[in-house]
Amino acid sequence: MTEAKHIELSPEAMMEVGRIISHYPADKQKSALLPVLHIAQKEFGGWLSSESMDYVARLLHIHPIEVYEVATFYSMFNTKPVGKVLIEVCQTGPCCLNGAEKIVSYLEKKLQIKVGETTRDGMFTLKTVECLGACGYAPMFQIGETFYEHLTEEKVDNILLEMRNKNS
Amino acid sequence: MGRKLLLENLDKPEINTIDGYIKYGGYRALEKALKSMTPDEVTEEVKKSGLRGRGGAGFPTGMKWSFLDKSTDKPRYLLCNADESEPGTFKDRLLMEKIPHLLVEGMIVSSYALGCRTSYIYIRGEYMFILRILEKAIAEAYAKGYLGQNILGTGYSLDLHVHPGAGAYICGEETALIESLEGKRGNPRIKPPFPAIAGLYNCPTIVNNVESIAAVVPIVNNGGEDYAKIGIGKSTGTKLISASGNINKPGVYEIELGVSVEEFIYSDEYCGGIANGLDIKACVPGGSSVPILPKDLLFKQSDGSPRLMTYESLSEGGFATGSMLGSGGFIVFDEKACIVRNTWNFARFYHHESCGQCSPCREGTGWMERVLHNIEYGHGKMEDIDLLWDIQRKIEGNTICPLGDAAAWPVAAAIRHFRHEFEYHVKYPHRVFDADHVYQPEMKMQTV
Ligand SMILES: Cc1cc2nc3c(=O)[nH]c(=O)nc-3n(C[C@H](O)[C@H](O)[C@H](O)COP(=O)(O)O)c2cc1C
Ligand code: FES
Repeated sequence: MTEAKHIELSPEAMMEVGRIISHYPADKQKSALLPVLHIAQKEFGGWLSSESMDYVARLLHIHPIEVYEVATFYSMFNTKPVGKVLIEVCQTGPCCLNGAEKIVSYLEKKLQIKVGETTRDGMFTLKTVECLGACGYAPMFQIGETFYEHLTEEKVDNILLEMRNKNS
Repeated sequence: MGRKLLLENLDKPEINTIDGYIKYGGYRALEKALKSMTPDEVTEEVKKSGLRGRGGAGFPTGMKWSFLDKSTDKPRYLLCNADESEPGTFKDRLLMEKIPHLLVEGMIVSSYALGCRTSYIYIRGEYMFILRILEKAIAEAYAKGYLGQNILGTGYSLDLHVHPGAGAYICGEETALIESLEGKRGNPRIKPPFPAIAGLYNCPTIVNNVESIAAVVPIVNNGGEDYAKIGIGKSTGTKLISASGNINKPGVYEIELGVSVEEFIYSDEYCGGIANGLDIKACVPGGSSVPILPKDLLFKQSDGSPRLMTYESLSEGGFATGSMLGSGGFIVFDEKACIVRNTWNFARFYHHESCGQCSPCREGTGWMERVLHNIEYGHGKMEDIDLLWDIQRKIEGNTICPLGDAAAWPVAAAIRHFRHEFEYHVKYPHRVFDADHVYQPEMKMQTV
């Protein structure tokens, strides 16, 4: 019960949810599900627990299963906890032609984790993703809403340092 | 230098703001269409222009619009497909990021032509930073009276919203996009009914790519006939090409359809040649879904004439010797690139992205990925190559949506044109253990 109370969007986020719902016809607020899940994930530590999904279902007056099936379909929704900084490296063909695999190996070495894992201090999670629409600026990764392009080992070092300082 | 209709003002200061955009001629098409043209006249210009859908399939836009069911009093919707997830494609992003008002204006004019009161831009969730750029542009357009009630006093009203996806290539398929916009999993629908009859919320709906909608602006400004003067035959106008891979100048280029492939790759105006002084081995000219072409088929058609950047020329010879213009995701491979590795990489992509509804696609893409992985990592058998051929044939044409074909074609083309590389991997497994391995053409000699 305490857990359920704990789950609540901030007033600003609730305003945003209201604005989003208003974009769809009155009886179609299920359409707001994807954008609202993005907001919930951001507010609730970068992932969606079943409690947060139930909460979103209540917000939109839909069944929890309707939220679960959507949250598990889309790759941007994390149904397990992630580190404070989620690094998503593009591993698709065009990026590989310009060294994406080397960037992945370098990150694994630097962070001492494998793809899919989180550093022991809970700071970084490393994930590989498919083409992010930056093929001409490869290799690249995304952290939050930012694209980091034309990556080199040196650039990666600086970004990791910056992220560590910002999130400690 | 070719004519530019979309990116002409790309480098102008503040072109991303409404004032900057207006300063360089923006929102003239909106004034012209809403004040001096009927909706049908706008559609007529789009038909005259010969514009073909820029999302990949190349279906004539004006004709698609004329299929919209206007016989019901249900609302009609225009959905802009900004899902842009086809590997090798990043042109819509540039357009929306740098000149967001071009898309907003195109959406207003197109919605007017189609009689829509509400329209949506469905953008892939990873482009959240662009969603914010678009929302800002839309807010500016509302403030100027270009959106909302009674636009410029013409009596026409329109609301425009941006809707984010959340990471699923399949949501670029138009019926999956509609499902996703309804808040569901992106499972494509069985057609018919087509969206033009029953789409979003079961209402008549048109889905168009970002670039197609942006092109409506110059078409209305200069007239459809002017647009159709550019290009060759049924490939009219300009096209944004996303160029990537082993080239000197990766990036987005607006070309007049009809430029030769050779000029596109080697001229300094475009790709600037192959990087590191190497030779070219192959090219995927239209996004990961279209067949790969080896160097000897890339520059010439079967009659020996130069291959051009047009829908017809790139597909000349069918899949035996041709490919497709597709989304214009132009991926170049140098002589050192490993075709097997790239084919495995793409197969993994399609396996990951299959929505899972149809067994041939769900099972077949996983199977192809595993077999290709074995070959690439030195555990392949000769019969695996025929097995791959067999699997891809059983996927193609047997699925609800074209994702199955998109997964099958790259594998088929790689085997068709680069069988020797697959055989090399099977024969010399010890040479391909290292992920960095280079396929040595001279070693091919030993295998024959
Ligand atoms: C698997 C798959 C993915 C697609 N992805 C996109 C996409 O990201 N963007 C796009 O505009 N069209 C995409 N399409 C094509 C759309 O289904 C549709 O044809 C297109 O948006 C129509 O717009 P157009 O006629 O303006 O090209 C995709 C199709 C399939 C089968
Ligand atoms: S392949 Fe990496 S961004 Fe497209």
